[in-house]
Amino acid sequence: MTTTDTHLTDEGAQEMTARDVASAAEKLREQGAVLRLSEAEAEAVAAELEAAPEDETMIINMGPQHPSTHGVLRLMLELQGETVLRCKPIIGYLHTGMEWTGEELTYLQGPTNVTRMDYAAPMFNELVFSLCVEQLLEIEAPERATWIRMLMCELNRMASHLLFLATNGMDIGAVSMMLYGWREREEVLRFFQEVTGLRMNHNYIRPGGVAADLPPGWRDGVLRLIELIDPRLDEYDVLMTNQPIWRERLQGVGVIAAEECMALGVTGPILRSTGYAWDLRRDMPYLAYDQVDFDVIVGSFGDCFDRYAIRLNEIRESMRIVRQIVDLMPRGDYRIQDKKVTPPPRERIDESMEALIHHFKLFTEGFKVPEGESYAAVESPRGELGCYIVSDGSANPYRMHIRGPSFVNLQSLPHMMHGGLVADAVAVISSVDPIMGEVDR
Amino acid sequence: MADETVDAAQPTAEAREPQPEQQFGVPVTRVGGQAVLHVAAADYLDLVRRLYEDGHHMCVDLTAVDYLTYEADRGLPAGVPPERFEVVVGFLSHTSRSRVRVRVQVPESDTTLPSITDTYPGADAMEREVFDMFGITFTGHPDLTRILMPEDWVGNPLRKDYNSGRIPVQFKNPVSVPDAVAGQ
Repeated sequence: MTTTDTHLTDEGAQEMTARDVASAAEKLREQGAVLRLSEAEAEAVAAELEAAPEDETMIINMGPQHPSTHGVLRLMLELQGETVLRCKPIIGYLHTGMEWTGEELTYLQGPTNVTRMDYAAPMFNELVFSLCVEQLLEIEAPERATWIRMLMCELNRMASHLLFLATNGMDIGAVSMMLYGWREREEVLRFFQEVTGLRMNHNYIRPGGVAADLPPGWRDGVLRLIELIDPRLDEYDVLMTNQPIWRERLQGVGVIAAEECMALGVTGPILRSTGYAWDLRRDMPYLAYDQVDFDVIVGSFGDCFDRYAIRLNEIRESMRIVRQIVDLMPRGDYRIQDKKVTPPPRERIDESMEALIHHFKLFTEGFKVPEGESYAAVESPRGELGCYIVSDGSANPYRMHIRGPSFVNLQSLPHMMHGGLVADAVAVISSVDPIMGEVDR
Repeated sequence: MADETVDAAQPTAEAREPQPEQQFGVPVTRVGGQAVLHVAAADYLDLVRRLYEDGHHMCVDLTAVDYLTYEADRGLPAGVPPERFEVVVGFLSHTSRSRVRVRVQVPESDTTLPSITDTYPGADAMEREVFDMFGITFTGHPDLTRILMPEDWVGNPLRKDYNSGRIPVQFKNPVSVPDAVAGQ
C-alpha cells in the first residue's frame, strides 16, 4: 500500500503494474490473449512486448474523468508511441452498494433500487427483477401486463440505442449526431413520462404486473413516436453509415472474434457483431417474444462499425415489434389480482376498512416471498441482464445479485484495443457502450 | 469431501428414500424449471470442466451468498452438507439453449476455491467481485485484487456479519474522521 499523501487516486494492486512486476499470465491477458494459446503463439505475443523496451513505452491513465469514458471508467494503457500494447480497465468509482441496498428494501421497493443501475435502460432492470420475484412467487403477470412490459422494453431499447448513437457520434467527432440522438431519445422519454410519470428511473414494472395501465390515447402516442423516428434513422444512414470518414474511423477497429466473446462471457451487440446470432428474445423467449416477428441483427467482422450498424438496425427491429404490439395489445388487467402482491385500487380504500389495512400493510411490511432461489435473464440493449435472488421467506430478499452485461462486457476492452491506436481506444470504449452505473452497481 | 459424504449417504439413502437425481455425477435439483447442480468445493473444478465439455461454453454469472443468518430451508439435496458460503455459478449452453446453475458449498473455515478462469476467462471480473465482496479466495486467478471497493478497504461488505452502517465511511485522507477510527 502506498502512502496516501502522495497518491490520491491510487488503487494499489488493482492498477496495471510495470512489466517487470506483472506475471506472465497477467501480461498476456492485458495484451488480449483469452483463448488457450499454443506455446508458439504465446511466445509471439510475449515477443511483441520484448520488441518494445520498457523505457520506450509509457503507461497512461485514461479516465476516470475522461469525457469519452462514459462516466467514471478508468483505463490504464501502456503505449508505444500511439499503439496500445496493454490495457487494463479499472472500475469501482461509481460503486454504491446497490446489491446490499437491495437486501434492505422490500420486494415492492426493489424496482426503485435496481432501476438506477443501468440508467439508460431502466425498464430492463425492473423487468428482470420482477421476473425473478415472480418466479419465486410462482405467479405469472396477466397477459396485458406482459405486453405492456414488452412495449415499454422495446421503446426503452430504442431510447438506449439512440443514446448510444449520440455518444458514439460524439466520441468519434460526429457532433451533430450527438444532438440528433439526444433529441430523438427525448421523444421516447416524453412518452415514458406520459405513461409512468417519470423520464427515467420509472419504477413502472413491478412484481405482479406494471404500476399503472397505459393512458388513453397511448396508441396514437406510440405511432406518432415511431413515425417521427423512422425517417430520422434513414437520415442517420445518410449522415453516417455511408459516409467515408465514418467508415474509415470504425471499420476494422476493435475487432473481436466470436470465440473470444464466448470465452469472456460477452453478450449482446458485441457478440452479435461477430456473426453469432444469439438473442435471448429469440433463443430463450421470455414475456411474449415468441408471438412477435422480428429479426436478430448480426454483423460479420466484429468491429466497431458492425456494432454501430447492429444497434442502428436494432432500433428498426424494435419499432417493428412495437408496431405489432400496438395491434396485438390484449385487454385485461395490467397487474395480477392477487391480494398478497397487489395493493387494492385507490377507490376501494375510501370505502373499505380491509382495503385500507391491506394497502397499509403491503406498503409498510411488503409481501412475503416463499423461500428459495431463482435466476432470471432478459436481453437488455447491452446483453444478458440477469437477476439472482435468494429469499428466506421474509419480505426482503436475502441476497439480490444483478448480472450486469456492461460489467462482463468491459473485459473485452483489452482484447479489442490491443495493437490499435490510442485514438481508436475512444471508438472501442464507445462501441462497448458500457453504463458505469451498472458496471459498479 | 463431497465424495465421502455422497458415498456414505448412499446405502442409507437407498434404504430410506429415493436417491437424489444425479447429473454430471453430482446431485441436481430443479427449481421452477431451472437445473441446479450441488457440489462441494473439492469437486468444483472437475464439474466445471465436465460442463464445458458438455457444451456449456459460456459462464454467464458468478456470485456468492453468505448464508450466515439464513434460517429457512436452503433447498439442498440429501448428502450435501450446508456451509456458510455458497458460490453460485451460472452456465449457458448455446447449442441446447439451456442454463445450468452450480451451487458450491464453501466452508467458513477455508474460504478458498479454485479459479475457473482457465476454462472460462470471462469469470475473471466476477471472481474478483466475489473476492472483494465476500472474501472468498480463488486460487489460480491471474489477478485477484479488489475490483469495486478501494484497495485499502477493510472488510467484505456483502458478508452478513459486516457491520454496515456503524463503520465510519472509509476514504483516503479523511479529514473529518480521527485517525484512530479511520484506521480500524
